[in-house]
Amino acid sequence: MTNIGEFDKSHRDKVRNLKDRLFGLFMSVGGVSVIGAILLIFFYLLYVVFPLSYEASIEKVFSTNGPRSESSLLLDIDEYNEIGLNIYPDGVAIFSSLLGDKIIKRSRLFPFKGPSETITSVAAGDPASRVYAVGTSSGRGNLFQAEYELTYPEDTRVVIPGINFPSGQEPLVLDSKGDAIRLISGQFMDERGTVVSVTNDGRLLVTIITVETAFLSEDKEIVYETFQVNDTSKNLTEIRLDVEQRDLVTVSSGGIVALWDVSDPKRSNLVDKVSVVKPNEKISAISFLSGGISLVIGTESGSLQQWFAVRDENNLYTLRKIRDLEPMPTGITNIKPEHFRKAFAVTDKGGNFALYHATANNKVADVAGLFDDLSTLAISPRSKAVLFADSAGRLDLFKVDNEHPEISLGALWGEIWYESRLEPEYVWQSSAANSDFEPKYSLTPLVFGTLKATFYSMLFAVPLAIFGAIYTAYFMAPRMRSIVKPTIEIMAALPTVILGFLAGLWLAPYLEKNLAGFFLIMLFVPSIVFLTSILWPSVPRVIRERVPDGWESLLLVPIVCLGIWSSLALGTVIEIQFFGGNLPHWLNLHYGISYDQRNSIVVGIAIGFAVIPTIFSISEDAVFGVPRSLTMGSLALGATPWQTVTRVILLTASPGIFSAVMIGMGRAVGETMIVLMATGNTPIMDLNIFQGFRALSANIAVEMPESEVNSTHYRILFLAALVLFLSTFFVNTLAEVVRQRLRKKYANL
Amino acid sequence: MSLMANRRPDWKTSGTPWVWLTAGTVAFSLILVLGVLGMVGYQGVIHFWPSSVVQISLKGNQAGTALGEVAGSETVSVARLRDQGLQTPEGVKQVERLLLKTGNRKIYGFDFKWFNATDYDDLSVPPDVAVIEREEWGNFYGFLVGLKFDGQVLKGRRDQLELKLSEMMDRRYEIKEKILRVEKSEMGALNYQMDKIRLERRKLELDQVPGSDPRFASLDSRVSELEEQYIVLGESLKELNQEIDRDSIEMITTQGESVTLDVKDLVRVYFPNNMNVFQKFTHYFAKLWEFVSEDPREANTEGGIFPAIFGTVAMVLLMAVLVTPFGVVAAIYLNEYAAQSALTKVIRIAVNNLAGVPSVVYGVFGLGFFVYFLGGTIDSLFFEANAPAPVFGTPGLMWSSLTLALLTVPVVIVSTEEGLTRIPRSIREGSLALGATKAETLWRTVLPMATPAMMTGLILAVARAAGEVAPLMMVGVVKLAPALPVDGNFPFIHLDRKFMHMGFHIYDVGFQSPNVEAARPLVYATSFLLIILIISLNMTAIKIRNSLREKYNATET
Repeated sequence: MTNIGEFDKSHRDKVRNLKDRLFGLFMSVGGVSVIGAILLIFFYLLYVVFPLSYEASIEKVFSTNGPRSESSLLLDIDEYNEIGLNIYPDGVAIFSSLLGDKIIKRSRLFPFKGPSETITSVAAGDPASRVYAVGTSSGRGNLFQAEYELTYPEDTRVVIPGINFPSGQEPLVLDSKGDAIRLISGQFMDERGTVVSVTNDGRLLVTIITVETAFLSEDKEIVYETFQVNDTSKNLTEIRLDVEQRDLVTVSSGGIVALWDVSDPKRSNLVDKVSVVKPNEKISAISFLSGGISLVIGTESGSLQQWFAVRDENNLYTLRKIRDLEPMPTGITNIKPEHFRKAFAVTDKGGNFALYHATANNKVADVAGLFDDLSTLAISPRSKAVLFADSAGRLDLFKVDNEHPEISLGALWGEIWYESRLEPEYVWQSSAANSDFEPKYSLTPLVFGTLKATFYSMLFAVPLAIFGAIYTAYFMAPRMRSIVKPTIEIMAALPTVILGFLAGLWLAPYLEKNLAGFFLIMLFVPSIVFLTSILWPSVPRVIRERVPDGWESLLLVPIVCLGIWSSLALGTVIEIQFFGGNLPHWLNLHYGISYDQRNSIVVGIAIGFAVIPTIFSISEDAVFGVPRSLTMGSLALGATPWQTVTRVILLTASPGIFSAVMIGMGRAVGETMIVLMATGNTPIMDLNIFQGFRALSANIAVEMPESEVNSTHYRILFLAALVLFLSTFFVNTLAEVVRQRLRKKYANL
Repeated sequence: MSLMANRRPDWKTSGTPWVWLTAGTVAFSLILVLGVLGMVGYQGVIHFWPSSVVQISLKGNQAGTALGEVAGSETVSVARLRDQGLQTPEGVKQVERLLLKTGNRKIYGFDFKWFNATDYDDLSVPPDVAVIEREEWGNFYGFLVGLKFDGQVLKGRRDQLELKLSEMMDRRYEIKEKILRVEKSEMGALNYQMDKIRLERRKLELDQVPGSDPRFASLDSRVSELEEQYIVLGESLKELNQEIDRDSIEMITTQGESVTLDVKDLVRVYFPNNMNVFQKFTHYFAKLWEFVSEDPREANTEGGIFPAIFGTVAMVLLMAVLVTPFGVVAAIYLNEYAAQSALTKVIRIAVNNLAGVPSVVYGVFGLGFFVYFLGGTIDSLFFEANAPAPVFGTPGLMWSSLTLALLTVPVVIVSTEEGLTRIPRSIREGSLALGATKAETLWRTVLPMATPAMMTGLILAVARAAGEVAPLMMVGVVKLAPALPVDGNFPFIHLDRKFMHMGFHIYDVGFQSPNVEAARPLVYATSFLLIILIISLNMTAIKIRNSLREKYNATET
């Protein structure tokens, strides 16, 4: 070692220095990346949530000359935005490729009687079923569906379009008098169709079609019959039939909207009739949204309203205005619903185009002056494109990027009037069996559930933990403290899934059976402790000296046990004597308080149990850390120990206790397994302590695995996680800052 | 310090009652803690004990007898029973009732039944009752009347039959084991290889290798080879199944129905009322062993939890391997290399607080980032042949371990940092003064001294990870995994597989199982095992930490 040459030494030092620097570099890079990776969580959550706030974008892809240089009556588009369908007044339907102007298929809807017969009315039915109805100048009409068959010859996608006539290719004679059909609306589903038409002379006709397929031959027998509805208003401007073929909405020129029940066409009856607009205004467009419940009405001044029939207590339906949507600058010309969502496209006279979402009351896109001459438009089934046709037959395809129209601040947090509900409500219901279901994404009931769980658990945990901490830190004998503190602290490590299991499967049924006993415990146990403290001085000295100072809580263990046991025993007796033997039932009978077995008390106790160790441990540290000089001074000045506790210790340690409560709260807010297992997980907003709830965390755990990647639901669950993240992070930071200040304060004292 | 006694006059002003009240809260908390531990422990331990089977003779209109294990008893008000729509005795307000596990679900349609004390008398412990654990349909309680052994019918007294029966059962175990070996390991291995060949083939197709390539032919020949082996195995499996079908036993229930049970469906037959203490202990430990070493049966409500134990341990070990270097490097950086600025302070608080972020948030992150983003990317880069079936783009062991590593890394960082700050300055300065570089000081003196702190952090991390369930529900845990994440098929450790977990097992069996009542004892046992594991880990960490503190307190003085 000593005889190393100069050269060697400097060489070795170089290597050592290099190693030193490399080591430092490795540690720095490694450390920064690990810390970065942890902090990534926040940014990733934000990154997933952020697209919820995007507005929709609309971008022109191309325009082509349509198959004819004339205005088409109706436009349809396939789901890959490759093929368009135009219907012309002479009854010709043409499928043409949108990519080149090539005509793919041309056919007549049905043979016309002569050149004088033209299509006088056409209307779209339910967007998802792609049913259309046409009526002609000679009182005939039919239903048809645009179909796009997907084939994969040689692994490439080829769409083969076609027209299907659900009620047969033979036209229906809608008006036996042969008057021209001025307005039409039709639906077809499950072998039953309805066409509603208004003739030129103002009669309102309902045609019911039934299709019977023969058992073996698959021949279809089509029977239809037309009934006249005695509508008093002769000047109808719009009619719409819903997808269930039950509700018929008519609009007359005075802005009166009437709702008819046409399920039994022999006795079509008027359900409700309301004036929708101001006296000098006119309704210019109307449409059902997907699902056929909501009606969107647009006026000549550009205002938009959503209406639907609401059932009252007497089972009577009335048309109610649900909400006003943001108006368009000029009169509404078209309202086009999306196929599955409660969203729709609107155009106005001024050439403006906008996309709305009804539930969220959200105008997601607004493009001014998109066109100056529009005859019809179509929304693609996946809502990813809009096709416009002008009066010269030109077609413009616009790509639409509108992923999350159903999200607005109001939809997430506010009270929303959902379809078929009696009033605006806070509802979380993210999925249902049918595709045109209106998702209800209000986070309010979930946050409410989380707060309810937190509140009841803190109610249980805070007094126990803080009082316990004061005693353990200040009064307890050191030897006992060295056992008690770790015993309680070890509970923090207990898996919450076990607590949840115990709460859900043991405590919940037990509590239901011993509800009266449980309330007695809260009363009886403190009293018995109090009583013990009164009687203790009168206990013979021999026994008293057996229990040294600071061991009182050990003495109290059997006493509290006795208190609990006797409360439970007494509770059963009281229940039988006063509450008919079944307190939950009695409560429901006499006060209408419903009782869930897995309720807030159960959750409060279980989560409280989980957070007691956290709060206990931190506040015990804070109390124990109060400098001796302060307490000694207080005692020396003649204060009693309890006075010292309340006036000196609690005051000095209060920041520490505060941060303990905060950290405990943070744990309670994020607790998942207990709330998942010990509540019914129904997202209701009810302060009743005997009812369950659904918390944010449990909701994430339940729904996350089933949610589709990057769907609105997925992003909302990320938002829920972000809310949890931010709230606990905020609470914990607050607690940490307070605690560090306290530590400094103690150090100075 | 405290003054409790001999101060009667100023009892009130001294606030003594309040002090007692605070003492009461400590007592109450202790009762809660010990009560929960005691209950889980008792319920978890008692389950495997072969308790006596009792017989009651029923009175009144439901005359007959009932046979079963006592599963509980309670005193309940008659009103409650009436509200539940149950038959209630007249003229009393309270009734005592007994819960019997009557088994024989196939005959009665239920496993458990309450009997009001007023409805029966004469509770007896009849000898010779057989308890039969079965592969399906839960327990059977009854009396053994005959055996059918290799075509011969044997009737007689229990003790004569019992000997023969144990012979039959031994044979059954033997064949069953063979069947399992064939089904699981041998056929499983073949399936695994076939799947690999299929993927190789698909890969070649994706690389647009022409069909005439010799590699295809060699793959095909390997497939046909495997298929032949498969057929051979199928034959031997068929033979074994015929062999195991041979024997049956004849039982009679307490109601007098006679039932024939195939020996192949029997897991265990015992006669608890005839057992002595020694036999009971033997039985107890056999059951306990079954619990920790066997696969679950009957939708996880019977049998063992070995796959769940294995899954928990595998996941936690993998997590430990990941979390230690990450946590230690980050701690060394924060403590030794980062400039101690306000920013570092903020980062330290942030890292500290991340330990308090709800675990379910980590689960969401793990699912979005690891599973869908990272896993999806890996799949599209390396596992194109598997598409559309995901390999890493779906929840699995690796993502679970990574997610939990992220969840627990703050624990390791905080603990390691604490260890590093506790090392006296004098030691570092001594090392530097002797000419060591910073790296050498850290590597040779500081880090070895901080090892116990790292260990503490690691153990605490492991203890936390072992008990977490919520994030795992999103990133890899399943109720029943078809295969363990480690097996005999190359590459032996399958990080992409889903796995079972004790915590999730508790949740799933306790809340999703169709027969909660029957599954409950097993859930208690699983809980108890998990608690023991976690508490012992925590105790170890606390011990290490305490000894560490003492050691440095000694160096400082």
